Amino acid sequence: MKFAEELKKSFFIASWFILLTFPIMVIQVNTIENIVIWRWHNIILIGLGSFAFSFCWQIFLNKKSSTKLIAPAGLSPLNRLMNEPRLYRPALIIIGLAALIFPFVFSHYQINIMTTALIYVMLGLGLNIEVGLAGLLDLGYVAFYAVGAYSYALLNYHFGLGFWTALPVGALLAAIFGILIGFPVLRLRGDYLAIVTLAFAEIIRLVLENWNAFSFGPSGISNIPRPGFFGRNLTPEQSAIYMYFLLILLCLLTIFIIHRLQHSRIGRAWVALREDELACQAMGIDKTKAKLTAFALGATWAGMAGVIFAAKTTFINPASFTFLESAMILSIVVLGGMGSIAGVIIAALALILLPEYLRVFSDYRMILFGAALIMMMIFRPQGILADMRKKYEFHKTEDSRTIKRDVL
Amino acid sequence: MSNVLEVKNLTMNFGGIKALDRVSLEIKRNQIVALIGPNGAGKTTLFNCLTGIYTPTAGDIIVHPPQGKSRRINGMKINQITELGLARTFQNIRLFGGMTVLENVMIGRHCRTKSGIAGAIFLPKSTRGEENDIVNQSYSILEYIGLTKYVNDLARNLPYGAQRRLEIARALACDPQLLLLDEPAAGMNPQETRELEGLIVRLRKERHLSILLIDHDMKLVMNLAQKIFVLDYGEEIARGTPQEIASNPVVIKAYLGVETDAEIN
Amino acid sequence: MNYFWDLFLGGITRGSIYALIALGYTMVYGILELINFAHGEIYMIGAFTALIAASLLTMQGLSGPAVLVLATVVAVLYAAAYGFTVEKIAYKPLRQAPRLSPLISAIGMSIFLQNYVMLAQTSDFLPFPNLLQNVELPAFLNTWIAPAEFMIILTAASLMLGLTLILKFTKMGKAMRAVAQDRTMAMLLGVNVNRIISRTFIVGSVLAAIGGVLIASHVGRINFYIGFGAGIKAFTAAVLGGIGSIPGAMLGGLVLGLTESFATGYISSDYENVFAFALLILILILKPEGILGRSSQQKV
Ligand SMILES: Nc1ncnc2c1ncn2[C@@H]1O[C@H](COP(=O)(O)OP(=O)(O)OP(=O)(O)O)[C@@H](O)[C@H]1O
Ligand SMILES: [Mg+2]
Repeated sequence: MKFAEELKKSFFIASWFILLTFPIMVIQVNTIENIVIWRWHNIILIGLGSFAFSFCWQIFLNKKSSTKLIAPAGLSPLNRLMNEPRLYRPALIIIGLAALIFPFVFSHYQINIMTTALIYVMLGLGLNIEVGLAGLLDLGYVAFYAVGAYSYALLNYHFGLGFWTALPVGALLAAIFGILIGFPVLRLRGDYLAIVTLAFAEIIRLVLENWNAFSFGPSGISNIPRPGFFGRNLTPEQSAIYMYFLLILLCLLTIFIIHRLQHSRIGRAWVALREDELACQAMGIDKTKAKLTAFALGATWAGMAGVIFAAKTTFINPASFTFLESAMILSIVVLGGMGSIAGVIIAALALILLPEYLRVFSDYRMILFGAALIMMMIFRPQGILADMRKKYEFHKTEDSRTIKRDVL
Repeated sequence: MSNVLEVKNLTMNFGGIKALDRVSLEIKRNQIVALIGPNGAGKTTLFNCLTGIYTPTAGDIIVHPPQGKSRRINGMKINQITELGLARTFQNIRLFGGMTVLENVMIGRHCRTKSGIAGAIFLPKSTRGEENDIVNQSYSILEYIGLTKYVNDLARNLPYGAQRRLEIARALACDPQLLLLDEPAAGMNPQETRELEGLIVRLRKERHLSILLIDHDMKLVMNLAQKIFVLDYGEEIARGTPQEIASNPVVIKAYLGVETDAEIN
Repeated sequence: MNYFWDLFLGGITRGSIYALIALGYTMVYGILELINFAHGEIYMIGAFTALIAASLLTMQGLSGPAVLVLATVVAVLYAAAYGFTVEKIAYKPLRQAPRLSPLISAIGMSIFLQNYVMLAQTSDFLPFPNLLQNVELPAFLNTWIAPAEFMIILTAASLMLGLTLILKFTKMGKAMRAVAQDRTMAMLLGVNVNRIISRTFIVGSVLAAIGGVLIASHVGRINFYIGFGAGIKAFTAAVLGGIGSIPGAMLGGLVLGLTESFATGYISSDYENVFAFALLILILILKPEGILGRSSQQKV
């Protein structure tokens, strides 16, 4: 009975979508040659697709609303796996070994792709500080990335600054930018912040595009040197391997630092800020300071990633720093699970590597991201790997208690 | 006995509405004072003014910390006021739902501790010690309030009564001298209310707190308060001991809304 | 003087379109406190359906105002349907969710719709037939104002007047205002809140679609990405005027249009978008409640 009803409903919804998508999906006009192409087959695709989709949608929504009260905050199997030391320890060792031998087994091209993916891991983890931990929806994260990349490119062009000097400088400049932008806008409400950061990022991109004397405009800057290896110049192949290991190290460092921060006084304050800004202040936390540190730290990582990006590609122009880039990094954080380090890493690798290896994915990449953002918010707002809160165990000794850390 | 808090002619306007109109009150050290009044009387608004969430339109709020000199706190930032020793609970519970019960209390310790980013990353001895203290102190507060069985549960999964008590635990962690409780018994069953009453008495006796309490449960208020202030339409309409208030015709009229000829000025 | 007048008219023309789109943002924000990030995409879809309809009609041999009217009707119907569907899919399931969730969902919807149109149609700019060209103006007006600009300003003004009247006097308008003021209260008083929210999206989408048709035929070309810029600018207009305020959105649109027009005219045209974004940031920093918005304190 209920099943039949759902089928009926799905049928109705499928017809609605056929109607809705008709002009865009079926008709294609060529105004220059005055011809119309009718793509009738798309009707079938849309019809079947939306039928199946709406059917699943209803099942999931029903399931979600019925389990909401019982389920212990949606732990995925992945989450449970991560809590089992016997399983995750060997897994970590295998991943570590694989990461070590990867560049010696795979081609130059593969190494480059992996390096790119690692840059996104850094970006994702950085943005995770802002969005995932502190709940500051930054839609202009790419601006800090651009600051880092242009810092290195310009400082190198004008003053011959090397990669290793530029790395901290770029990070610092990005942090300063973060504070400069953050200071006036952080008192705004969450959703305004999103738009203002977006606007800031667009301003920076437009300035880079139009201020030729400063940034060389849309043509960008080329011949940015790769990092040297103790003063020696490397062949492109060696350099790729070098970059790869450099990024592995930086990612490990990032993970270490963010892990420490997450379980510190500051990290807790960020999460409290994300949960309830007002209550957080009423508990004595300085909102501006907490937000500003989160913002500046997030920016620092984008700055570093920017310097590395410039060094890796040896060429940058404003087209690399569009809103879509910000949206992609945001997708990484949202899909991975806000606040969850492992989740963000998995999401970054998946979102960057899948499109490289599956052509279908590369064409439909952005549309899938968009759909994924919506689906995640509705069905799994905690992401593929939910952020796990640290647990404590207390044992009574004579008079004091000992603390035992349980879950990371 | 000295005052911990003095409020003089406090006025709060929202556009046209006068939510508070020249309200004055004082709270003595180690005293339980109750603030009552019908719905919309302005009680929560007064709390919001006291804790810096609203900046009052006029009047003075003066805090007398146990040591150090008195401060006028109008317009100060919310967190600064908490640091001065005023901590509150919220009428519509505002816990950090995605954090554990213990973490909720640990947040309260934030303003009494100080390790920063460098400390978090390098974890020197001092930070480790501080972190240990935070955990232990928070745990003992949970013991005090009786919430230890929920330590690692997410705050949002707690039963209602426990959430109300967690609000109190979290406020206690801020080391306040004056605790502001906004309808702590709302939604509690009689059993829970009785326990709450015991807790509030203990807070005064054992922790030497001053308490400003809002509640609609008259029995609770009458049992606990040494002094009661009554607000109606933002104005103080009566003050006195529980006995005085219970027999005050103006108060009765304000609560029942009956027209009586004998209007007392 | 003549240059000034041209810039002024250009500013008003742009501004009235921004205002039309801004109304959608402001109405949705007023009710759901949500920045409907996908609103710009509705406008883009409106323009696209109009383009497709107009091309089909022209190929059938129709011409002149008939094409304009029919294409607009198609665009309006489709935009309304899209607005309605978007709300049902991306926002309705998230009514109780934390604040950031619907916003992220809205961003997802925006990205989705952009790429949907790009994949199904094209990523190139398409020429949009100039449907406003054939309008004849009386001679005394003709010296002052181009027909297209006149039509845009006139349409926008009458739509805004119409909307104001609807909100003031019809039952639906009153219900909309009631829901915006206090959703729970309105529900208790028997207003069907979900229906009102749907209608708000529909009204907003209709206005955006008309804006889309007008500007597309004025500028003469569209692609899948026009919604992004127009969306941010319209949002700027809404914030400028005071988000949640209907007259504010209209005023904000005009102020933004004029600012852009004069700034590009007298300073530099390279930075057209920078001016709009800078204005948005300035407003949010200096006067976040906007020109006509009332500063309100969050109830605790
Ligand atoms: N931020 C605000 N903006 C506008 N009006 C407000 C605001 N906060 C409170 N008010 C108004 O002030 C008046 C007093 O409200 P308040 O919440 O202080 O009442 P209360 O005494 O706490 O009532 P209750 O017992 O129901 O909690 C009410 O009319 C309320 O609508
Ligand atoms: Mg109240």
